[in-house]
Formats: sequence, C-alpha cells, structure tokens
Amino acid sequence: MIAFADLLERLVFTPGRNAKIALLRRYFASEPDPDRGIGLAAVTGELAFTAAKPGLIRELAAARTDPELFAWSYDYVGDLAETVALMWPGKPTNAAPPSLTEVVETLETAPKSELPGIVAGWLDASEPSVRLALLKLITGALRVGVSARLAKVALAEMTDGRVAPDDVEEVWHGLAPPYAALFAWLEGRGVRPDPADAPVFRPPMLAHPLEPQDRVSLDARDYRAEWKWDGIRVQLVATPGGKRLYSRSGDDISGAFPEIVDAMNFEAVLDGELLVIREGEVAPFADLQQRLNRKGVTAKMLRDFPAGIRLYDMLFEGSEDIRPLPFDARRARLEAWHARVRPRLMALSPLIAFDSIEDLSAIRDDARAASIEGLMLKRGDSAYVPGRPKGQWWKWKRDPLTIDAVLMYAQRGHGKRSSFYSDYTFGLWREDGELVPVGKAYFGFTDAELAMLDRWVRNHTTARFGPVREVERAMVLEVAFDAAQLSTRHKSGVALRFPRIARIRTDKPAAEADRLETLMRLVENRAAEAGAAVA
Amino acid sequence: MPHPKTWLKVCPQGLYCEPGGFFIDPTRAVDRAVITHAHSDHARPGHRAVLASAGTLALMRARLGEGPAGLTQQALGWGERLRMGEVTLWLEPAGHVLGSAQVAMEYRGSRAVVSGDYKRTPDPTCDPFVPIPCDVFVTEATFALPVFRHPPPDHEIARLLASRALFPERTHVVGCYALGKCQRLIALLRGAGWHEPIYLHGALAALCAVYEQQGVALGELRAATAAAKDQLKGAIVLAPPGAITDRWARRLAEPVVALASGWMRVRQRARSRGVELPLVISDHADWDELNATVDEVGAPEVWVTHGREEALIHCITQRGVRGRALRLVGYSDEDDEGLSEEAAA
Ligand SMILES: [Zn+2]
Ligand SMILES: [Zn+2]
Repeated sequence: MIAFADLLERLVFTPGRNAKIALLRRYFASEPDPDRGIGLAAVTGELAFTAAKPGLIRELAAARTDPELFAWSYDYVGDLAETVALMWPGKPTNAAPPSLTEVVETLETAPKSELPGIVAGWLDASEPSVRLALLKLITGALRVGVSARLAKVALAEMTDGRVAPDDVEEVWHGLAPPYAALFAWLEGRGVRPDPADAPVFRPPMLAHPLEPQDRVSLDARDYRAEWKWDGIRVQLVATPGGKRLYSRSGDDISGAFPEIVDAMNFEAVLDGELLVIREGEVAPFADLQQRLNRKGVTAKMLRDFPAGIRLYDMLFEGSEDIRPLPFDARRARLEAWHARVRPRLMALSPLIAFDSIEDLSAIRDDARAASIEGLMLKRGDSAYVPGRPKGQWWKWKRDPLTIDAVLMYAQRGHGKRSSFYSDYTFGLWREDGELVPVGKAYFGFTDAELAMLDRWVRNHTTARFGPVREVERAMVLEVAFDAAQLSTRHKSGVALRFPRIARIRTDKPAAEADRLETLMRLVENRAAEAGAAVA
Repeated sequence: MPHPKTWLKVCPQGLYCEPGGFFIDPTRAVDRAVITHAHSDHARPGHRAVLASAGTLALMRARLGEGPAGLTQQALGWGERLRMGEVTLWLEPAGHVLGSAQVAMEYRGSRAVVSGDYKRTPDPTCDPFVPIPCDVFVTEATFALPVFRHPPPDHEIARLLASRALFPERTHVVGCYALGKCQRLIALLRGAGWHEPIYLHGALAALCAVYEQQGVALGELRAATAAAKDQLKGAIVLAPPGAITDRWARRLAEPVVALASGWMRVRQRARSRGVELPLVISDHADWDELNATVDEVGAPEVWVTHGREEALIHCITQRGVRGRALRLVGYSDEDDEGLSEEAAA
C-alpha cells in the first residue's frame, strides 16, 4: 500500500498530463504483480467496494479519539477520511501495512462484523498517507483524476514505443484485474492477450478541423457529408462475449444507458452519436448532460431524457473486421445491415447531398438547430484508421456565436499557468445596470495575449479572495461560444457551451458591452425548458 | 511564593515582567525588550534596549538594520544568569530557528518559562530545545490539533529527491520562509547527500550569509536570478512562498512547485496554494511534541500565547494541568510557516 499511497498523493496534486504519466509509469514498472494490477484497477475506477461505509470510519474514530478533539479536527480539515487518517492514534504494532492485494482479498471475504477490527489493525500499522489511501479505497471514494486513457498511455510507455496506447486499448476490455497477462506482454515476457470474443473498445478514427486554407484544395466529389451532432460520440460493441457502450475515450458508459444496451441485439461494432431524442427531435446537449456521469439511472430519467443513437459508421459486421474497407463500402454495409436488423432506438445519420463546397457552406450556415454543431466531411475512400490521419476526415463547425462581455474576475491557472491569472469570469449588463457573470473562459488567447491580460489584471485589481482577483469593470472581451442554453445552476440563468476568448477589445468601453437580453435571444432551449416545466 | 500571574502580565504591548521591568517579544516598540527569536512577529523594530541570544541579535541586525534592531543590544549565552531588577533571567535553546531561546525567569522562588516558538525535532541549524522545570510554562499552540503530526524531516527530503530523480529535467522550486526554514532545508538536503549548488531567490541570500557567519555550513549557494533557464534544469531552487507560483517563477524550467510547511499536512491547504509537491516540514512543535513538552516541564499551569489554544487546553486539563489562553495578538505563525500570499521582504 505504501507505493500506492505515494502514487495517489502525487497524482492528486499533479496538474500536468506528462507528469502524471511519468508517475504512473514508475509505479507500474517498479511494483510487483499482483499489486500493480490492482493499483491499475483502482486508479481507473474498476474497483468498487461497498463493504465499508463512511459510518464505519465515524465508528472507528469514535472508539479511538476524544469527541471534542475529533470535532475540532474535522472542522479544520473538512474531510472525514482525511481527518481520521491524520489524527488516528496508532497502537504500537509490529505489523507491516497491508498490501493492496491483501486489502482487496480481505474485503471480498471477511464477514461484515469483523471489518471494523480489521480496518483498525490496518490503520495501526500504517502512516497517515497510507491510512488515507486505505480509507478512501474501502469506502469507494478514491477520486484520482486519472482517465482510463491516461493509464493506458502510461502502460504503453513502459515498452518504450514497442506497444502503442491504441494497442493497449484494443485488448483492454477483455482483461480483468490484476492484469498479469497484460503486464507480461508489456514487459516482453508474454504474448499479446487475445481479446477473442470480448466486447473490447476499438480506438476511433478522428477528424481534423477544416480551416479555410484546407477548403480551397478539397474536391467535392471525393467527400461525403454528414451532420456533426452535438451529443457525445459512442462506440456500440455487441459480441458473443457481451455488450458495451463506450465513450470516445474508451470509458464504459453502459450502466448509464441501459435502454441502449438492451437494444443491442446483434453482433456488430458501430460508431455513432448518443443523443437525447424526444419524438424524433434531437434535444440540446444540456438534456444529455442529465444522463451523463451517473452510474445508475432512474425510471424518471429514462422517461424524461430518452436516449437514442444516430449511426454513422460500422467497424465490424458480425465477427468480420471491415475497418480496412473504404468509407463508401462500409456505409453501404451499414445501410443494408440497418434495413435488415432494424435495431430499436437507432437511426442512420443521413448523408447530406451537395454539389460543391460552396453548396455545403450554405447548408452549414443554415443549420442553426441546437442539436447540430456543423458538418463532417469524410473521404469516400477512407479506411477506418485509429487516430487522426491527415486529409481523411474533416469537421467543419458552424461559425461560433459571440458576445462582447466585461471581465469581472480572474483566477490563477494550474500547472504551467500557475503564475498567470488565466481563468476569466466575464459578465453582461442587466437592464438595471448590474453586471451579472455569464461564464468562464480559460483558452482562446495567445501567450502574448495571456501575458497582457495577466498584467492588466494585476494592475486593475479591486479585491482579492484567495487565488481570485476581482477587477475594475473596464476590460471588454469578445467571447465566442457554440451554444447558449438555459440553466438553473447559473446565476444569470444561462450557460454557454465552449466559451473562449476570441478577441481582446481594448477599443471598446465597458459600458458598450452587450446586455444579458442580447444573449437570452440566442438561447436555444427556451421552448424545451418551458415544456419540461409543464411536465 | 508569588504566583507568576502576579508578576508576569499581559499588556497591550505583550507579556510584561513587572519586577524585571522588561517585555518579552513585545509587538510595539518599548524601552526594554527580551526577544525569543528573530522572526518578524516576535522581533519588532524600534526597542531601546534589546536582550537576546547572540544568534538572534545577528539575525535582527541583518533583518532590521543596526539602529532599529535595538539601540543597545546585549547578548546572553545559554544558561548565563542575569539579574534584571528583582528577577533572575536566563536563556535556554528553543530549537525553533538559529538563536531561538526560551526565557526563564525566577522571582522570589517562583519560576516561569516563556518558550517562544519551539520544536523538539532535531534541527542541524540550531541548538536543541532544553526542557526547564517551572511553575508556569508559556507555550505556543500553532499546530495544536491532533491532525498535526509532522513526519520525520528526512522522509520529506527523500520525497523531494525522489521527485527530482523522476523529473530530472524540471526545476524543483521549494517555497520556504526566509529565516530558519530555508537554512534548515539546505542543511537537510546536504545531510541527505545533495551536494549540487542550491539556487536561491534574492530574498533568501542575506539570512543565509548570517547563518554561515554563525557557523552553520550551507555548501555552495547561487543566485537563481542570475542563472540561465538551462542551468536551472534539474536544479533545486529555494524561494519565499509568495514567489513560487508568481511571476518570478516563470524563469524556471517547467517547475515542480513544492512548499515546505507544517500546514501542508492538510490537503486543502496545499491545493489552495497550487502546490504540486507539499513537504510537511515545520519549525513548530506538532501535537505530540506540545503535549510531551507540557508533561516534561511538569508545570502545574500552562499559558498559551497564540495558536489553537482550545484543543491543547482541553487536553492538558484532562491530565490535571491548569490551562490559560492569553490570546496575545500580533503573532502570526501562518507567516513563518510559509502561508503568507506575497513574497517575504
Ligand atoms: Zn517563529
Ligand atoms: Zn510565532
């Protein structure tokens, strides 16, 4: 547990992606089996313990600590597990801290009544950082901030380039903790694990943004066009070994969308967009958000936010890997398959007819529906290649919406940006003359613009709250965003999708910045929201 | 035998020893001051006569300048008895920073000890704390909560060096208070086998020089400001806490930001400062040390100057020791433990 606790401690405070990868890599390379495999499962969220509840931690604390000292300490620290980890009055013991394997095996087999005594013994044998890792682990509250993808990149790095992250991805979902076969393969001691019939995730093919200079060289005849939906891209995998719904990054989100998994009565691997669809109408992204990041789902959510799929590609038909086929051939297979199988909740994402790129440009400008972000262009002869191959697929987002907003607060960034005020809260004028915050942006500017904004913030601070500075209402920022949606979670009542700084408007006086009502006119889900309120 | 409360009093300026005619660590300029140690909240400028250890006086002169550090200065060696009015006074080491002292006072057979800030963990840059049996023990309570148990400093230095080994291209910048923590970190690093030059923010250099003059060897120190970015790759740089995430730090190569402070024990404290590598190294007694010290000096009554007095008093009361909160204002150990927001001057 000591190395694992060290790893967690560092990961929790490390903002940089590369640094996280280095920490994970060192852990995987230096810890023995099966501990490292269990550690891997723990950081990727595949270990779920329910045996111990926070109540158990409270009981342990009550048995060992003075109630007043505990109350003061908890009040100061603010986190139950951390308070107990820090103030635990250890009884002298010769026992070593438990290994991860021991913890996991014990939790699976020990009778519940014995748990408090076992955990107390572990705490006695451990240092505070190990105690904290232990308490967070057994109560299922380990939040590490490491995506499954990042762990796979770290695993691939163990091989110094012999195995790519996408190769790890391809075998990943056929494996289970403690991943002994995976580590043997990565260390060159074993063969590549065979996913066989397991419903594994296939790394997706991605598109490049279409820039104006790319557009001139495109020959319209080479390309097919589809809508770019404002949902989340998913991979539907149904094999004899199981059914899974994966996000674009390879996270298994089957649990949150049981109705989709239920509808997957076929053998295929499909690429499509997950959306909330009511009576054939695609709802805005905010509705889909109600369903995301949840482990389970209620009957009410299934009814209020019904999910559906728009299919746009096929990777496997039956057990046949059709990724090497050109797009046109895969599309034909997908259409024929769809007509034959007629899967519930799944429609084809239509191909859009066009004659020229100018033609498409007009179609894109007209597409103002909330559910559409723009267009996708795919070469008719493109094979399905993981990653972002050049010149094959393009995403052509519609032009963003913009507002001129006033900078209100600035906050220090993280990592490389921790010496800069780089997170900006901006607001719009309300009719009564008050400035209300409408969003936060932390990208879109160049390094030079960041340096300029940072200097401006420091010279125009009116108040400070920890890492946040309130500034004079004198700096106008042109903020670009993809959509505006009503939101009860924001003070202004509106939430922006992908806000970013488009321009710094030093030429514009703050009084001439936009009004909140201007933004409200751009809101897309007013009707939908009203409908939901009635229901 | 007069109870110490009849002759050691809390005044607006601080603790006043009436029959001796002097203040201890007064927060405003006074005629006669006895100073426990040179941290800015304890050693203020402008007193007429100042009595302290030689180390403290040297640090005060470097920090405050000749005149403001006391018009007349008197150095007292450890254990050397001095008659002040009707009081016999002497100093013993407090183990907090170079020169830090406890002030022991005897008046008509009654003895009080003002410990100032102190710690019990060995520190290569200052003399170790000496427990003095007394009738009233006056203590700080900066870390007086059972969540504060400082790990061995070697353990934290090993974590710093392990991080340096994992990220050999990055600068490790460690935020630390200019007086005490900085020099202790250097000495700990040297003790752990780090013999490379250590780079310093400009605000730290002067006090390091005083330590060296007082016989504390610190090895090769260089100015970080004068170094090229390339030179700082893989280097260990020390800077005031306010500088580590500020503009100054932009000169460093992809810095790993560390902060050495007892407050780093609590995650939220580390996170709110944007620290990537929190190092729990403190110059103050932790919870166990505070309690053990109270027991060791055997005083039937303990006065708490500043910090979290309620938990300490609650705990010693259960052991039959009378506790009294003095609630002295003007002492800020958030600062000398590295939590002030701006760079220390
Ligand atoms: Zn101090
Ligand atoms: Zn102090």
